[in-house]
Amino acid sequence: MKLFKSKSIRTLVIASSVSLLSATGAVKAADSTAPIVIPIHNWSSQIVMAYVIGGMFEAMGSNVEYVPADSQAVYESIRNGDVTISHEVWKSSFGKSFYNAMGKGGVIDAGTHAALTLEEMGVPTWVIEKDLCPGLPNWEALKDCHENFTTPDSGGKGRWLEGPQSWHGELMPERIEALGLSDKWVVKFAGGADALWTELASAKKEGRGTIVFNWTPNFTDADGFTFIEFPPYTEGCRKADGGDGSCGSPKGWLKKAANYKFPKTHPAAYTAYSQVSFTTTQIGQMAALVDTDKMDHKDAGKKWLADNEAVWKSWAGM
Amino acid sequence: MITTIKERKYLQFLLLLVVFYLLCLIVPPSDSNILWRFPPLLKQLPIIINDSVNYLLFDWWLIDVWDPDIEEFEQKPLVNLITRAFSGVILFMIEFIREIMLGGVKTIVTFSGWEWATANPWARWPALPWTVVAGGATIIGYALKGPRLALFVFFTFAYIALFGQWEPSMETLSFVLIAAPVSVLLGLALGVWAFRSRRVETIMNPLLNVAQIVPHFSYLIPVMIFFGIGDHAGAIATVIFATPPMVRLTLLGLKKLPPEVAEAGLMSGCNNRQLLLKVLIPTARRDILIGVNQVIMQCLAMVVIASLIGAKGLGNNLLIALNGLRIGLALELGVCIVLIAIMLDRLSLAWANKQTDYFADLSFVQRNKFSLIFGVVFVAGIILAYIGSFFFKDGFNYLYLIPHNKGITTQDFWQSGVDWIWDTFFYSLKGFNEWLIIDVLVPVKTAYLGMPVIATFTLVMGVGFIVGGTRVALSVGGFLLFIALTEWWDRALITAYLVSLAVVISSIIGIVAGTLCAQHPVTTRFILTVCDTFQTFPSFIYLIPVMMLFGVTDTSVLIAIVVYTTVPATRYTVEGLISVPAALHDAGSMSGVNRIQRYFSIELPMSFPHLALGVNQTVVFALSMVIIGALIGTDDLGQLILGSLSDRQGVGNGLILGLCVAFIGLAIDQIIRTWANQRKQALGLD
Repeated sequence: MKLFKSKSIRTLVIASSVSLLSATGAVKAADSTAPIVIPIHNWSSQIVMAYVIGGMFEAMGSNVEYVPADSQAVYESIRNGDVTISHEVWKSSFGKSFYNAMGKGGVIDAGTHAALTLEEMGVPTWVIEKDLCPGLPNWEALKDCHENFTTPDSGGKGRWLEGPQSWHGELMPERIEALGLSDKWVVKFAGGADALWTELASAKKEGRGTIVFNWTPNFTDADGFTFIEFPPYTEGCRKADGGDGSCGSPKGWLKKAANYKFPKTHPAAYTAYSQVSFTTTQIGQMAALVDTDKMDHKDAGKKWLADNEAVWKSWAGM
Repeated sequence: MITTIKERKYLQFLLLLVVFYLLCLIVPPSDSNILWRFPPLLKQLPIIINDSVNYLLFDWWLIDVWDPDIEEFEQKPLVNLITRAFSGVILFMIEFIREIMLGGVKTIVTFSGWEWATANPWARWPALPWTVVAGGATIIGYALKGPRLALFVFFTFAYIALFGQWEPSMETLSFVLIAAPVSVLLGLALGVWAFRSRRVETIMNPLLNVAQIVPHFSYLIPVMIFFGIGDHAGAIATVIFATPPMVRLTLLGLKKLPPEVAEAGLMSGCNNRQLLLKVLIPTARRDILIGVNQVIMQCLAMVVIASLIGAKGLGNNLLIALNGLRIGLALELGVCIVLIAIMLDRLSLAWANKQTDYFADLSFVQRNKFSLIFGVVFVAGIILAYIGSFFFKDGFNYLYLIPHNKGITTQDFWQSGVDWIWDTFFYSLKGFNEWLIIDVLVPVKTAYLGMPVIATFTLVMGVGFIVGGTRVALSVGGFLLFIALTEWWDRALITAYLVSLAVVISSIIGIVAGTLCAQHPVTTRFILTVCDTFQTFPSFIYLIPVMMLFGVTDTSVLIAIVVYTTVPATRYTVEGLISVPAALHDAGSMSGVNRIQRYFSIELPMSFPHLALGVNQTVVFALSMVIIGALIGTDDLGQLILGSLSDRQGVGNGLILGLCVAFIGLAIDQIIRTWANQRKQALGLD
């Protein structure tokens, strides 16, 4: 197909670009004025953080644009340059999409937040208070309390409500198998985060036991949520990595991704972005402004920026 | 004996069932048995598609383009340059309309570049005060139809403004104002083309089905990769989804016209173009307008999905609200979407029905009175906004733009309503839910999964053969074969189980409800409005309450699908019944039939083509809802499509999975359509 590569088109484009270059006036050291595109997903801390980081860029004189995007699909857009950054890359939920896109080229790793994340099966704290499964959060307790966690379609076994299959594949079914719980527990894949939160709300109303996949920092932290303590994670203990699968989740990172051109087009903004590092507390604050104080996401972003000027100004070098 | 079987169709069906049942019994379930499951020969297909898309998009015909931002030449593939240029045009149109209503800088940037716009912060397009937009729309409503429409339009805008959803609503409106007309024009053009050439019609029909049935999620990723993320990508996905019903109804309308209409046109000396534009399309207006209605409804039904690939506005806010389980807020947003849908539908209807009075002799003021009134509203609105800037000192000028989520809100009320429903019905529903799952859903699902592949083929191809002969049997078999050769046959069986249950339930509900409501004009209008509401009301909203009541189970999925698929069944029943000519009713009454006889011997047979189309659309809708079911949590094709969003082979997997869903639909469509055509011919309707 290289045959079609026409010389004349090439020269034409070069010629026109050169004239364009001379028109814009040669070399610039400063950041480009083209907008930095920040994605908006559907959970509050991410959105507030988008406005916080966007506000920081704006304070540095950059143009910023926000675009709604699906949290899994966004990495393909970053790769293609349609979106510039993604500031909440969760290890176990988005790690796969992130590295897939990086493998194809176009996405760079722009550093890690201070916050450590945990993504694991767990129970709302009132399940422990009601003693529906004596011995929790130790996983051994699961050996004889599954009757309190059955549903009509679980065939008499207790149910783990796991996130969509696209998040961690067969991880949880393999873990149940490896821990020897498979005759008492079964995994049901929910369709999305909404389904998990709905399950939490309805189980609470009904006062029945439920085991769901969840993570922290998250807005559910406020209501009390306890993660089950599985045998500790060791390198290679998962079935996909060659182990037997009888281990829990590791504490995970929270990374920042960017399009590969971002450091070149906006050197100052990228430098600041690479230094951005939120702690668990800060992320919790941002989520709480919306989920607890019922503020608008944009206002919450502004409020956080105003309250924490010292923090972000040191990143921005201002 | 053989001749009796040849003559009696029910005997043939009986024989087929016996064979099917025997096959189910004798074929042992084992993966190595080719009669139980076919080997996945097409396993490589998604990978091949993926690689070709990647090649086309990233490696084919590279052109060196100078990127002034990084001061380097970059190799850009031709396809990418073309599709991005196309996106640019669409995005410009959307932004242009958006900025008329909300203000902004994008339109100016298109002509000046970011450099200049950043250097000159005064160069911003000002927003119109909301009073002017609302007033202008009200005037349009009055001019097109009269005070009642004007009142409704005003109410819609007032609701949006007062509830603090002005900004997202205008974003959504600007998006729909581009997507809907494009779909209408495209649909009209394709419909006319299909009307003129039988060959085009035969080719187009399956394509339309595919476009309508393939779940949106499976083309989200391809659209996003080809066209980039943003409002334009949302608009393109919406157009793919919204155009098919327009094409179909244009074609239906034109085909129904008696030849005398065209002859009359030709006798008056029309050329081809005049015949089409001045005679045929206006005469077929009734069905074409149903098409326009459908386009608008589909566009707004896509608002939420489109926000996954970058469409701003209500859909996006809705997803965010639902993720925080703020059902009250989501409900308010949903009402905004429905109101916009109904308003656009009524306005476009009024515009299409408006007759021009060619003989009126009017003065300048009379001719331009509405423009003049708008001029007054425009000035008054700006003055009001200016005055407002003195009253509202602390940032928000309520007479100019009502800021987002700062209006009044009733979300607590709705929230407590949802809680009340939960408290009141939960325990009675729980018993029902358990019964349904244990005694109906699980057995049916097991039965579907327990079918050997050879039995499924025998059954479906056999039905095809009995209904339409070898040709139908072969084409239906072809569709199934494609699915059977992928590695997802079991998933497809689960999809089929959900869809077939949903179609049966909603067809029954729809036909009964439609029949009852078609008996009186008032109830007819009422039920059609209910249909519009449920079609546009984002299904995501009732997913949450349904999940609260029925848990993350197949019951919830089934209910979500049924709520949505009952709409076409009802709508086409009503349309069919009211299109039966009054003369036939009279003729029936004169022959002494009573009400019930009239319904069964005249109205029902006469509206049969509409009913068949209704059931057909029910299947289509149900299949397209499969993905929504996946958001609750299923283990069917939908769940895999959802998964393809993050997959390395996402594009290929998504498309092939989407095709699997579409082919289930095409197979069913083929059988229903053939049968309906036979019935039509038997009744002398065709």
